[in-house]
Amino acid sequence: MNTVVLLTLTGLGLAALYFLVASGLSLVFGLADVLNFAHGLFLGVGAYATWWAAGNLPGAGSDGLGFVVAVLFGVLAGSLVAVLVELVLIRPLYSRTIEQVLVTVGLSLAGVALLQATWGADPRPFPRPDWSRDVTSVLGAQVPNAGLLLIVAAVVVLGALLAFLRWTRYGLIIRAGVENREMVTALGIDVRKAFTLVFAIGGAAAALAGALGGVYFGTVSPGQGGSLLIFAFIVVVIGGMGSVVGSAYAAVAVGLLQQFVNYYGTSGLGDLCVVGLLAVVLLLRPQGLAGKVAHA
Amino acid sequence: MTEVKSAEVPAPPATVPDELTPGHARWHGLRPYLPLVALVVAAVLPYSTLNLPGVFEGPLNSPGTLQLLAICLVFGGLAAGYDLLFGRTGMLSFGHALYFAAGVYGTDVLITKAGLPLWQAALLTVVGGTTLAALLGAVALRTVGIAFAMVTLAFAQVGAILVARDFGGLTGGEEGLPLDVSGLPAGLVGVTNTVNLYWLALAYLAIVVLVVHRVSGSPTGRVLAGLRDDERRIGVLGLDPYRFKLVAFTLAGGLATAGGVVYVLIVGGASPHITSSELTLSLLVMVVLGGPGTRWGPVLGGVLYMYLDHRLTAFGSSDAVNNLPAFLSHPLSQPLFVLGTVFILAVYFFPGGLASLRTRLTPLLTTLRPRR
Amino acid sequence: MAVEPILSVEDLSVRIAGLHILQGVSFEVAPTGVTVLLGRNGVGKSTTLRAIVGLTPRNGEARGTVRMGAQSLLARPTHRLVRGGLGYVPEDRCVFAGLTVAENLRLAERRGTTPAYDKVFALFPELDRRGRQRAGSLSGGQQQMLAIGRVLLNDNRLLLVDEPTKGLAPKVVTEVAEVLERVAESVPVLLVEQNLAVVRRLASDAVVLSAGRVAWTGDARELLLETALTKSLLGVGSAEVHS
Repeated sequence: MNTVVLLTLTGLGLAALYFLVASGLSLVFGLADVLNFAHGLFLGVGAYATWWAAGNLPGAGSDGLGFVVAVLFGVLAGSLVAVLVELVLIRPLYSRTIEQVLVTVGLSLAGVALLQATWGADPRPFPRPDWSRDVTSVLGAQVPNAGLLLIVAAVVVLGALLAFLRWTRYGLIIRAGVENREMVTALGIDVRKAFTLVFAIGGAAAALAGALGGVYFGTVSPGQGGSLLIFAFIVVVIGGMGSVVGSAYAAVAVGLLQQFVNYYGTSGLGDLCVVGLLAVVLLLRPQGLAGKVAHA
Repeated sequence: MTEVKSAEVPAPPATVPDELTPGHARWHGLRPYLPLVALVVAAVLPYSTLNLPGVFEGPLNSPGTLQLLAICLVFGGLAAGYDLLFGRTGMLSFGHALYFAAGVYGTDVLITKAGLPLWQAALLTVVGGTTLAALLGAVALRTVGIAFAMVTLAFAQVGAILVARDFGGLTGGEEGLPLDVSGLPAGLVGVTNTVNLYWLALAYLAIVVLVVHRVSGSPTGRVLAGLRDDERRIGVLGLDPYRFKLVAFTLAGGLATAGGVVYVLIVGGASPHITSSELTLSLLVMVVLGGPGTRWGPVLGGVLYMYLDHRLTAFGSSDAVNNLPAFLSHPLSQPLFVLGTVFILAVYFFPGGLASLRTRLTPLLTTLRPRR
Repeated sequence: MAVEPILSVEDLSVRIAGLHILQGVSFEVAPTGVTVLLGRNGVGKSTTLRAIVGLTPRNGEARGTVRMGAQSLLARPTHRLVRGGLGYVPEDRCVFAGLTVAENLRLAERRGTTPAYDKVFALFPELDRRGRQRAGSLSGGQQQMLAIGRVLLNDNRLLLVDEPTKGLAPKVVTEVAEVLERVAESVPVLLVEQNLAVVRRLASDAVVLSAGRVAWTGDARELLLETALTKSLLGVGSAEVHS
């Protein structure tokens, strides 16, 4: 029983990480048709910016309020980089989907290399509050606090995203744009402003994943974003591109499946099951679980 | 090539018409033999003791240079094979590394762990890799576009996981698996025989180029080009796009596997990084840098990319770079940073890749050339 | 035309995926009433409307001159054109199926102007009643009402309406025609329509496209009276014309 609770909660922690990365990817793809390989870079930027801020930014630190400031700084940096990428690199190639993918591929290679050039290839210890190293007893299972922190963060982000999509004008534009971008412009709306916005949101969520992932894993390294990205892609496809809720469901399914199978089966088998799940979903429902509709 | 299509059809994003400007009759006559000339030059290259300081570390016939050249040639062939999917059929596969890795690990495991002789291991591996491509292609091709890209990426990830987790102790996990050379033909073993591996790589490249050209010139190739331009039109003609795409996918997978067989002999072992999605992304970069859908672009892109990838490491640690301020020298010491940046610039400013340079430069040269 | 046209199209050519769909189309739209764009299926009627409103697909290219008043339209982004008073009701409605009716309408609201909900709800009382319903669950006729309604929330100088009666039941066709008739009292309409009964009821001027070119322009009633002409241009029999 304890093991099941522990596996469920660590699985959900993993799911939270996937969701934070996948929700932005999904919105960016759903709205702007950009398959963003550079999304892992936003995660890396968030992680390194948090790490840097904790050591160098006045007012920031690795504990208490200072830690919050450091994470905020990281999220802001990730968001800023995402906006710059959209404005400078993606926008000029508007509606040329393949070229956009190619640019993000180039960016993912160059960006990770740049992180590596600046801070080295080796993992660096991540500043984290003392309480995040502890465990909390949940139904008899000793669950790492860092995992719980991820779950809480993902739930908050999910709620905020849904509220934003549901009740704001830009949320309305994004939901409509995911369905039919052309028709949004035909109503007199400059949909490209919404593109920048989803990049900013996606970048912020990914950067948060980077910062909290750093707390969870205890280290930060340049390649961290890349390996997460593949599973985030799988989550996006399973959940249905453009659907935030779909991403959430798919993240939970993938996280739990991976954790349980890896524990009860051979290590690595869970990862394989996830790919199997993807193949099954794609063959049965090529549009993903939620289809290309941004539900709010 | 694309001449078979009507002039009405616009060139796909990165295809460059391979036309000749009028007034080059002599050139025209020689041109068909140029690939042959290039092949002969490449074949006799190892007999040269020419030293190109800065370009290569040793003379051309030194084992180090020959090994680097052999790797470049294999990747030229890999890129040409990948272009069969991307440039000529318009399929964006993110999992091509899988078939290459199947070739590398398949050969290595069959020789080192199962003790098979090289020819049996190679044959089994190529047949196995091609079958794998056919099977996975049959599943992945039920999706199109971005979903196809994702499925292929996920399948390749399975390969990476299998290798990294070292199931059954076959792959050596993170450490990789050095090739057991004791059972190999003597001519392929040892530093002094690097030249034979170089010739093997050259033969591989020549075969891939030949196969790709034969296929793209055939009726099947015209259907593939049609699929790239507008899949619905092929459907209207009563042809099944799925079958043609599966043929291209299987063929490209088989060619990549064969490349893996050659590669494992050249580098003398397998390491897990060749299973990563980064390798597929590099293939994409090679093809786009060279010029997708063109005759020599992908080959050129592949050779150049691998050359730069190896040489930029040396360049990055050279004094010229080290003397630069840190904010310049650190990024420049990362080959992937340089290549990624060049790639982004190429997407913006050279959509046709290297192969388009000639067409782009022709008007310039014509104006510069003195009038007769 | 004696009066200044609201829209003039000159030598409009559109290529999509290498196909030359429009080959030098020229016509004008009168500042009042309904100008109908006719022609057989696949002749380029929708392509013309889409080119005017700047929605030529990415693998295509539109050339020529399109003017609304003194303003040149081609090469300007769609949302600017629409804000400048060019209303567009696309083929197949294109309402946002996952959004509610109210949200579909809210999307069309613009900062700085008061949306004319009174006018729209007077024309389509049903849209008011069904505000919370998902647009995807509306009937075809209701979706068409929504597609027209959201465009009418703002002031328009010209409406482009693409096949509004396609796939609708006869009774609903009449309803849509009635609405368009009322709308056309205050704003000029360029209409693509296959249903000749609707054309007869609404159209004052007609432009007939054939093989990517303009084959005939003039008074719509005149065209419909000449059965031989209609038959050759539109491929319909006289029975259909007079039904």
